[in-house]
Amino acid sequence: MKITPEQVRYVANLGNLRLNDDEIAALAKDMDELLVYMEKLNEIDTSGVEPMAQVLYEAEETATLREDVERPERKFDSATATANSALAAQGYFKVPKVIDRQ
Amino acid sequence: MNIATLTIPQIKQDLAARKYSATELAQAALAFAQSENPKTNAYLHFCSERALAAAAAVDAKLARGEDPGELGGVPIAVKDVIVTKGVRTTCASKLLENYIPPYDATAVVRLEQAGAVILGKANCDEFAMGSSNENSAFGPVRNPVALDRVPGGSSGGSAAVVAQGTAVASLGSDTGGSIRQPASFCGVVGVTPTYGRVSRYGLVAFASSLDHIGPFSRTVSDSATLLKVMAGRDDQDATSAPAPVPDYHAAMTGDVRGMKIGLPKEYFKDLESESGAIIGRAVDTLKKLGCEVVDISLPTTDYAIACYYIICTAEASSNLARYDGVRYTTRSAAANSLPEMYRNTRGEGFGRECKRRIMLGTYVLSHGYYDAYYLKAQRVRALIAKDFSDAFAQVDAIVAPVSPFPAFKLGEKMADPLQMYLSDIYTITGDLAGIPCMSVPAGNTADGLPVGMQILTKHFDEAGMFRLAHAYEQNR
Repeated sequence: MKITPEQVRYVANLGNLRLNDDEIAALAKDMDELLVYMEKLNEIDTSGVEPMAQVLYEAEETATLREDVERPERKFDSATATANSALAAQGYFKVPKVIDRQ
Repeated sequence: MNIATLTIPQIKQDLAARKYSATELAQAALAFAQSENPKTNAYLHFCSERALAAAAAVDAKLARGEDPGELGGVPIAVKDVIVTKGVRTTCASKLLENYIPPYDATAVVRLEQAGAVILGKANCDEFAMGSSNENSAFGPVRNPVALDRVPGGSSGGSAAVVAQGTAVASLGSDTGGSIRQPASFCGVVGVTPTYGRVSRYGLVAFASSLDHIGPFSRTVSDSATLLKVMAGRDDQDATSAPAPVPDYHAAMTGDVRGMKIGLPKEYFKDLESESGAIIGRAVDTLKKLGCEVVDISLPTTDYAIACYYIICTAEASSNLARYDGVRYTTRSAAANSLPEMYRNTRGEGFGRECKRRIMLGTYVLSHGYYDAYYLKAQRVRALIAKDFSDAFAQVDAIVAPVSPFPAFKLGEKMADPLQMYLSDIYTITGDLAGIPCMSVPAGNTADGLPVGMQILTKHFDEAGMFRLAHAYEQNR
């Protein structure tokens, strides 16, 4: 495998990351080295092994469900919810233009 | 009072005897921590007002003759990836430099309800990603034992404050060894409980299927006290377990005769000889205490690092998607459109290691690679977990090193990410299997660098783990 700068740019685009040329070159090298190392997993036979997504413990199927009722103590008003935004007004987040009409 | 050596039982006794008040203790602890902190950079910021208010509440209870709680007046630090209402929580990232959470983590709520006094927030690797604390956007932490060396990571600040004496105990988080490795490097006790034992509500997510909150302290008993207070089902975290929380201290009898200990051969082959000799002496002590020691094998160990760095980066790339400049503080000024704003904010805000992991995680989850990497890693994870369940059919506990080597020098491993990742070999397996594991100090190298012994037990058997750790600690 050889990770190219074009592949790094493609993945950075998927991950919404702006990278400069130095970062792209460094990441191509690092990702290449790490992904080659990860190919080690192909040595091990996993046929018939169920993938493990989560650590499970013994419990009823409904153990994680609760009554669907309003819990006032857990309520945020919009002012609290938007308080940490760089740009918010009147309880809304403000963002740059989404749709550009010609 | 000597703040640097206080323990929870000592504070309980001193407060009851009116040797000092909780307020006096909090004031003294804050002053000491603030004057000592420049040496290590272990605290990112202090929350004096909140600490003094908590201490005043403890004093008021004492004055009324009420029980101030199991942690009444105990000064602690909280890793800065665990949210604290009204107190800045940065995750050691520029992206969250000014984030003031509107709620408290469940672990924090429970500790404060038991009387704990939070002095401040501990430094760490950015979003808990790293093994040396050198990835903090606010400067690395220095190891209080040897200031030219790293404290370990990612909970480097949490380990350092306990070793330095600027907190009696602390909270860290562990995804691949981020509690045990710094505990080992700084010579303190660090505990990663069973996955689901402590609610993750309010722990800023890195890799959700692997993240744990756990305590640091100077004694095994103090960590058991913190865990007991935090443990148990929480409705805010669907993965928190309903299993009952036993009395850990009742298990710490000092009697470990007949306990069967497994030494996994895979954990001793790449071990530096001096660390190996220290663990060897610790195992001799366990034998003298009446433990039966047998050799075991955990055959999938060699694949653990590849497995872990696929799963954790995949989960991280997803969890870190929320830092888009819209909801959380820092936003790039240079953007004409929404996608450009996302990209610039993230490109300017994340440090090198976070970018590396977002990229790797995005790659392994991307179209055409999902089965080959992510699904394959999840299958290997199942085999690693099976290694442990097979082993625990034969033994009561597993004893192993925490790290292949003691604390290394600042800058020594930063240039080579694969070498840094490989240093996590003995700790990531416990996280992948979700079993309880801890580091207990086992001695120092000739250079005076601490080495920790790791103890691992089966799911929810923290009591057995503490029983062995405590017996060892008393006879070390």
